[in-house]
Amino acid sequence: MSLISPWRADFPGILSLHDEGQTYLDSAATAQKPQAVLDALRDYYSRGAANVHRAQHLPAQRATQAFEGVREQLAGWLNAADSREIIFTRSCTEAINLLAYSLDIPWQAGDEIVISALEHHANLLPWQQLAQRQQLSLRILPLSAAGEIDLQQAAALIGPRCRLLAVSQLSNVLGRWNPLPALLELARAQGALTLVDGAQGCVHQRPDLAALGCDFYVFSAHKLYSADGVGVLYARQQAARLLRPWQFGGEMLSHTDYQQASFLPPPLGLEAGTPPIAGVIALGAALRYLDGLDAQAVARHEAALHHALLDGLRQRPALRLLGTPQCALASFVVDGVHGSDLAHLLAEQGIAIRHGHHCAQPLLHSLGLPGACRVSLGLYNDGEDLARLFSALDNALALLQ
Amino acid sequence: MNPLPDAAQTALEQFSQAAGWEQRARLLLEWGQRLAPLSDAERCTANQVQGCSSQVWLVADGPAGASQWRADSDARLLRGLLAVLLARINTLPVSELAQLDIADWFNQLGLQRQLTPSRSNGLHAVLQHILKHA
Ligand SMILES: Cc1ncc(COP(=O)(O)O)c(C=O)c1O
Repeated sequence: MSLISPWRADFPGILSLHDEGQTYLDSAATAQKPQAVLDALRDYYSRGAANVHRAQHLPAQRATQAFEGVREQLAGWLNAADSREIIFTRSCTEAINLLAYSLDIPWQAGDEIVISALEHHANLLPWQQLAQRQQLSLRILPLSAAGEIDLQQAAALIGPRCRLLAVSQLSNVLGRWNPLPALLELARAQGALTLVDGAQGCVHQRPDLAALGCDFYVFSAHKLYSADGVGVLYARQQAARLLRPWQFGGEMLSHTDYQQASFLPPPLGLEAGTPPIAGVIALGAALRYLDGLDAQAVARHEAALHHALLDGLRQRPALRLLGTPQCALASFVVDGVHGSDLAHLLAEQGIAIRHGHHCAQPLLHSLGLPGACRVSLGLYNDGEDLARLFSALDNALALLQ
Repeated sequence: MNPLPDAAQTALEQFSQAAGWEQRARLLLEWGQRLAPLSDAERCTANQVQGCSSQVWLVADGPAGASQWRADSDARLLRGLLAVLLARINTLPVSELAQLDIADWFNQLGLQRQLTPSRSNGLHAVLQHILKHA
């Protein structure tokens, strides 16, 4: 089966890296951008930039309209009930920190925040630090041998003192979908709030937040084929009422004198200062681009590519996969070979993959590994990318084994 | 300018003849293999260089005023990089070490890419450590 990506030519970055002899297989870290996103950035700046929400002049009206238009667009894309549920941040990481600082619920010492054992540091450290500040207890949902959150143990760990469940949708190390419906149900049954970290998940499956029913959902635009510097926080209307301003400055207030101020409700009350205007407009272009693709064809291509990736990795007996990946990526180690040696020799051959702990140190530690190599895919990758990866892997292992 | 230390001269000859990544990698593996390992006691946290994704240990010894280091790593290519680094800097008077253009040294060996300040490879952190403690 030939694995051709009909969308590859839409991504100048992929073509240009290819011309340089580089095979890009690190899209879980950040994705390449389609021409439509580059055009949107160029158009915004070349037609005349302006700040949003402030001035009366035409450029400002145009910028504000485009910026707020993307809020609407996102509400539609995520199947949210209302565009006021969409809050712009600078990254997924900032969105989670926003929650950790602005979630105003009467924490009692000993209340519980529950996360899983496979969370990215972005969905671990803000809660770990909040737990330390408020004397809360941070509970960790363990994984089964396959690398899945163990639902039986989850049922025991998500108890009556659980105030918040924060879990990712798709693991950036194991490439598995977490059993969100069951987990969210367990949290709701205890009256806990729920946050889903969609940083990886939203790239490979369009989110349906009405169906998912979480209180908060976060992701970064740069992994979703758009520019960096933009994060999105979805906050269900009832849950958004629990959020207090956390950064203070321009645009987020209704009135202030020197001593006292009153603030706007979300979303604007949580968006202090000039937002990443160009990036938000570019995100709108990315969503339009993605909406214009045949979603089923994309899903089929990604599945076939992932299948071929796993096949090729499994054909090399020296490699040991981490868990059983379902989608988007695969991590592996080679017993007796240092991952950094392998990554070094792959880089020498123009293969862009990543070795390290992938911002999930506790997970790798629990697997008894100092690090792992991760190959991750975007919709622009094709069978030839994989062929180059495999041949480079064979060359590297021939030298190292 | 002072002549290159002997070991550095050898490295320069070998690496400048290497055609392509594969030969460079083989040379690095060989140099790494010849690098005398540190003892278990020396591979301790106190000697570990922070900021590397692989483990790297550095021990300063030798007469005062001269730069004399021993190093070890759990990654084999990094051991090779450490070996060609030490080949260049060991036995230099400390005053010369500060003047030395290390980037140029790796450039001459065709290894300049290994010196990027990213954490993916420990060489940059090793250099910072040596310069700080020279
Ligand atoms: C699962 C997951 N959550 C959160 C993040 C953080 O994203 P960012 O660095 O864009 O804030 C990442 C990025 O690697 C991720 O993979």
